[in-house]
Amino acid sequence: MVVTRLLCLLAALFLSVSASATVLPEDQSEVLYHRYQGGGITIDGPSVLVRKGFKDKVSVWGNYYTDNISGASIDLLAQGSSYYEEHRTETSVGADYLHGRTIMSLSGTNSSERDYEANSFAFGLSQAFFGDMSTLSLSYSQGNDDVRENIYEDGSIVDTIDRGKARHQRYGLGLSQIITRKLIVSFNAETVVDDGFLNNPYRWVRYLDGENLGREKEKYPASRNSDAFALRAMYYLPYRAALKAEYRIFSDSWGIEASNWELRYIHPWRDWIFEAKYRAYEQGQADFYSDLFPYADAQEYLARDKELSEFSDSTLGLGFSYDWDQKYLSWADKTTLNFYWDYINFDYHNFRENTPENTSEYGSGNEPFYSFGAHVVRAFISVAY
Amino acid sequence: MLCLKRFVLIIAAASSSACSIQPWVQSHERGELADPIMAFERHPASTRYINHVYEARESARGAEGGAGGGCGCN
Repeated sequence: MVVTRLLCLLAALFLSVSASATVLPEDQSEVLYHRYQGGGITIDGPSVLVRKGFKDKVSVWGNYYTDNISGASIDLLAQGSSYYEEHRTETSVGADYLHGRTIMSLSGTNSSERDYEANSFAFGLSQAFFGDMSTLSLSYSQGNDDVRENIYEDGSIVDTIDRGKARHQRYGLGLSQIITRKLIVSFNAETVVDDGFLNNPYRWVRYLDGENLGREKEKYPASRNSDAFALRAMYYLPYRAALKAEYRIFSDSWGIEASNWELRYIHPWRDWIFEAKYRAYEQGQADFYSDLFPYADAQEYLARDKELSEFSDSTLGLGFSYDWDQKYLSWADKTTLNFYWDYINFDYHNFRENTPENTSEYGSGNEPFYSFGAHVVRAFISVAY
Repeated sequence: MLCLKRFVLIIAAASSSACSIQPWVQSHERGELADPIMAFERHPASTRYINHVYEARESARGAEGGAGGGCGCN
């Protein structure tokens, strides 16, 4: 299953991008191929974005995106399951309206797959002031999900049952500020409020049952609140190149605290723009997480999601953009070919790789800690007109 | 009471000085800031995708800035 619980942010993304200046985004189309491969699964598919403005006052856009998921993650292998396939389709539309130094944005998104249906809308407002040195933005989005569970027999889906509804609300605040002729900084804060059925219906926890292992379904609280704060800076170097730095902190009502930082170097050369980045992330576990519970129903809430465990990851990313010669597309103002590759290494500190083989060899609760690497590719052509 | 008066005076002084602050980087001085390489995110759809990858596998969410994240995948 693909969980779409955070779908509302998809719309907010366009909103926050378009709200970053007092000009509307340029007319452009983008065709992107994305691929994630790691941890036993592969997710890939296309994304098509089209944006068109009218009379420099309104800009409308639409985006079509798909995920094709195949493989077997550690969660499936630990349950003795094997290969599976799934498909998700996401459609978004939105509009931005410019009035003076204010941009108002509205968007909606639908995400659909066999066991999850999510709809969201987002609204945003941004205002430039202080000689256009400062831009303040506010945003709100809400997503409403229907969570279902596929019932499998012999590897085939024989039924799908309703498991519950979930609602996600986001409140965002952003301020960007020009500091010097070479330095701009931005501050973002966002509060997220979730309520409803927030678990993954397919996941289980394990517990000791005498000499044996038992398992039961995860139990999550019916609400979750979180706060995130981020500071970013872009600096123009003494030669034509730029440096980006970012730091973000996060905490939530489930007891998780996390932080990440990133450094990125951007270097143009003739018709090319090269990028290199390094990102590091770490988080603590949720209060109700355990790799192995001492007995059944050991506490009110139970989780063994590796995403709720204590872990860290690091990313090395490289990429380029190439300005394509306009003689091949005379009607376009600018065409760029782009390729980005990221390698992410995940190291789990209290989530064990409990495949049947490992449990048999090392014993329950003594399996090696899980880790894996993932390759992420983005290849796309962008045409401005 | 004396403390309150001092506090009001400090706020008043700060307010009057804040009013006198003018934009110190003029429009014609922003050529380097306007360079495309200075955009926080030059490719929104692409940034959205990578944020989606992170948000599906990390608990932290929100304050992505130029682009948000998306759904989670197991």
